[in-house]
Amino acid sequence: MYSFDPTEEQQMLIDAVKKYAANDLRPAAHEAEEGHELPKKLINKGWELGLLQASMPEGYGGFGERSAVTGALALEEMAFGDLAGTLAVLTPGLFATPILLAGSEEQKQTYLPKVIAGDWSHYTSALIEYTFDFDPNDLTTTAQLDGDGYILHGSKAYVPFAKNAEAILVYANLNGQTQGFIAPQGAAGFRTADEREQLMSLNALPLYRVQLDHVKVPASNRLGGASGHDFDLILASMRVANAALAVGVANAAFEYSKNYAKEREAFGVKIAQKQAIAFMLAEMRTEIESIRLLTWEAAWKLDNRREDAINEAYLASTGAADMVMTVTDRAVQILGGHGYIREHPVEMWMRNGRGFATFTGLAIV
Amino acid sequence: MPIEFEAPKPVAQAQFMLKTVGEEMMRPRSRYYDEHEHEIPWDYIEFMHMAMKASGGSSLAPRENGNKGEEKDKRPPIGYQVMATQIEALAYGDLGMYHCLPGGGLGAAAVHAAGSPEQKAKFLDRFHGDKPIFAAMCITEPGAGSDNSAIRTRAMLDEKTNEWVINGEKIFVTGGDKSFSEYQKLGRGFIVVWATIDPTAGRGGMRAFVVEGGTPGVRIVKLEHKLGIRCSDTAAISLVDARVPFENILGSPTVEKSTTGFKGAMATFDATRPLVAASGIGVARAALEFLKEKLAENGVQIRYGLPRQKLTSIERDVIDMEIMLKSGWLMVLKAVWLADNKKPNALESSMSKVRAGDVGPRITQKVVEILGPIGYSREFLAEKWFRDAKITDIYEGTGQINRLVVARQILGYSGSELR
Repeated sequence: MYSFDPTEEQQMLIDAVKKYAANDLRPAAHEAEEGHELPKKLINKGWELGLLQASMPEGYGGFGERSAVTGALALEEMAFGDLAGTLAVLTPGLFATPILLAGSEEQKQTYLPKVIAGDWSHYTSALIEYTFDFDPNDLTTTAQLDGDGYILHGSKAYVPFAKNAEAILVYANLNGQTQGFIAPQGAAGFRTADEREQLMSLNALPLYRVQLDHVKVPASNRLGGASGHDFDLILASMRVANAALAVGVANAAFEYSKNYAKEREAFGVKIAQKQAIAFMLAEMRTEIESIRLLTWEAAWKLDNRREDAINEAYLASTGAADMVMTVTDRAVQILGGHGYIREHPVEMWMRNGRGFATFTGLAIV
Repeated sequence: MPIEFEAPKPVAQAQFMLKTVGEEMMRPRSRYYDEHEHEIPWDYIEFMHMAMKASGGSSLAPRENGNKGEEKDKRPPIGYQVMATQIEALAYGDLGMYHCLPGGGLGAAAVHAAGSPEQKAKFLDRFHGDKPIFAAMCITEPGAGSDNSAIRTRAMLDEKTNEWVINGEKIFVTGGDKSFSEYQKLGRGFIVVWATIDPTAGRGGMRAFVVEGGTPGVRIVKLEHKLGIRCSDTAAISLVDARVPFENILGSPTVEKSTTGFKGAMATFDATRPLVAASGIGVARAALEFLKEKLAENGVQIRYGLPRQKLTSIERDVIDMEIMLKSGWLMVLKAVWLADNKKPNALESSMSKVRAGDVGPRITQKVVEILGPIGYSREFLAEKWFRDAKITDIYEGTGQINRLVVARQILGYSGSELR
């Protein structure tokens, strides 16, 4: 059967996330972006919604089951509030979800309860590299088997909360394959840059470069244990997250510019009454809806282990990156000069928008 | 029901069966009927009528009393979903020949949306008989296209005979000839004519009338020569003192201040727009699959999964087209799913049409471009699909009219607030 209705449980979650996005994330977004800081209280409150906790089974200290569809629904709503805040709340999931999906039983037992028990804590992961032509399936950071462990060598970028992280899931190239390795903070040769990344947006999110100078980790720290894991599934889950976040940001820009157009007058009418503006809004809404549905389908296929899930996630994320750029650009255009002024959030969403071609690896469902 | 993307069995079956029909029955005839405009593909029509009867699927006319079994076992209704799937698959075969599929088409859809139970029984049951039958919708006039409130065709009640007397001119009637003219191989069809019963009442005076095939005073004036979908006849029809029985009016015979009559026409479009959108998706899929086949033959692989900046131009194009196609189809599915579940779908319906109206032309244009001399040549069907697909952004509301509908919906504006 086809169906487009969230379950009652999902709806409750959506409502709770919506409230948090509207009442907490959105009001704090401007100051956080300008002041380069997210209040700890804000992150904790988002953490208490229990998205990650609800995606982990009881055996590991959670109270539910992971669902990419539920994740996509929640991320879309949260990013409607603010992208940087959302990514901060989700960061521990970057460490825990791949372990749940691909980790060995021992890794699950060791790490999952630690990550999800109690407050939001410093666990993160490092996928992106500061290279031209970055490709998650062709990393320059290498892993080499060396006796009873692996030597990790290279550098990583855009690592959220790398400073003070308890542990980082580092992705590296092992004989041509991308594999995850759990690197504890303070391992010899592991260095987090003092300065944060300076990006076009996400100023509120502490992102760091990380150097790995022949860091040795025990063989048992390879994600999935001795035989490793399938990276495709992790990457696809990241792509679905990326797509869902893009839908949320685009929707924020759409709603804001729509409301503005219904208030702003020109030539004696609201500008929304002009077809030039109204048609832009109609197209924005249509494009958002098309990618939203593609994202849901990709998530559903992941949950149901469909053969084409990996490809569908790729299409959703690729389409979402284009869609969010177009939609946020039009939102700025609808506000005209006011859209260019930082007092209105649309310019920030436009800066967010361009990032989705790069953000894969900053969130996972 | 949670969010789910599993095709229900009847949908999957329709997809499977009609793919064969498209490839075996339609494609081999595509070129001939494209080059022999206005010839009727009888063998195809008769085959399809038989096949649809035999499979119990009946024609594409929505059935009034055929769903009782479904209600009993409490499964959610999927009638429109099946229809959208069938139409997508048939348009994948050939968009022009899809329009020659016997059945009620838009004419029956209007009866279905605005008719009384008696009218539905009287006019719709015929589509399940032995001979193939067509019905058509006549709205557009030389002076009234998208602005169909400007319709001037006039219906006046002759109280002596209790008949409506209709005068006017209609154009762009899809299937008008097969619905109205008498052909030995066809049963008696009808056309649904939109006319005003009170020109001073504007939209409030607009009504639809079922005009039976062969009614005196009604004449097919001309069959249009078109860019594409040449297998589908597009008729110009004149009505001079055409008389139809009183009970053939769809909706109330008296003029109220409200615009319910007009809304009846619009309700038809809410139901049929995603179906037209489905046809746009079908042609686009045909073109994209053909392109991928040709690329594979020539050793060009599409490296899915690579980041954008590593893709070649052709890879980017193909991937973009797949995104458009898949997401466009999902919008159709959502719109018909809402219709099946009797939920309002005016917004989703028009959005799906906006999207498909873009997707069909854009994909077919790109495919011809990428294929170069092969794409432009009439040796293959890509150029035909390019010509065919353009209509999906025009009929059943142009992309612009549908943008207007979408905009009014999302802004909460009336027609006078957003013109």
